[in-house]
Amino acid sequence: MRLITYYIVGLIFGLGISISGMGNPAKVVNFFDIAGTWDPSLIFVMGGALVVTFLGYRVVLGKPKPAMAKEFLLPGKQEIDLPLVGGAIIFGIGWGIGGFCPGGALPVIGTGKSDVMFFVAALLAGIVVARQFQARLL
Amino acid sequence: MMTEFTPWASLFGGFLIGLAAVLMMLLHGRVFGATGILSGVLFPASSGDWIWRAVLVLGMVSGPALYLLLTGSFPAVEVPVSLPMLLVGGFIVGLGVTFGSGCTSGHGVCGMARLSLRSIVATCTFMLTTFLTVYVIRHLIGG
Repeated sequence: MRLITYYIVGLIFGLGISISGMGNPAKVVNFFDIAGTWDPSLIFVMGGALVVTFLGYRVVLGKPKPAMAKEFLLPGKQEIDLPLVGGAIIFGIGWGIGGFCPGGALPVIGTGKSDVMFFVAALLAGIVVARQFQARLL
Repeated sequence: MMTEFTPWASLFGGFLIGLAAVLMMLLHGRVFGATGILSGVLFPASSGDWIWRAVLVLGMVSGPALYLLLTGSFPAVEVPVSLPMLLVGGFIVGLGVTFGSGCTSGHGVCGMARLSLRSIVATCTFMLTTFLTVYVIRHLIGG
């Protein structure tokens, strides 16, 4: 039962990505190409997702606990540190180069397009390398 | 490559992404961050911790099939860059989201909705560097 709820949550997210255009690198890169073939669609994706999440969280986080878990597990870290800002800078560079972000790419694996598979394989490699680096040096 | 401006589809898709994030918090008390979910499949915090993440990814991957069922075609996935660029981009994204503890869904949607200062800083930063990267590639190098 618990696993079914995770599946459904993932499915809703995947359908949302599919409908929104967030899984289409051409649209993503055009969103950032204000000086060129600009397509402002993605501001509507972010806006729509943020409004629903902002309002939904206000209601949900007012409850004593989640429906199927003991407690809310919220990221507690507060400080703005170098890994956060440096990581965000690096992520942006990669997003601009490839046009896929992780949440945009994962669902469209389901289209069977080989481009997505290559991107996700490279993404996983990057995550593994960064984890190794973190484990040794940070 | 031109793409069609799709405000309504994008807004509705955004609503669904938000709905998934809210349901995740309501049911399981967690933020919906693609980076965290994916990393947790590879590097689970405890022995059974990867299964729900794998099922969640399976649900995400089923999204296009449901889209196909509803509309009669798969969602468009047009890649405007070469395969080497895609691979380099993917690898760099993997590094960045790991060091930065999140991506567009985790920081940009869930963290921003919680008014987390870390997420607001991260989102503004990666939006800016993505913009600059696209500008450099398309207008300085490519132009």
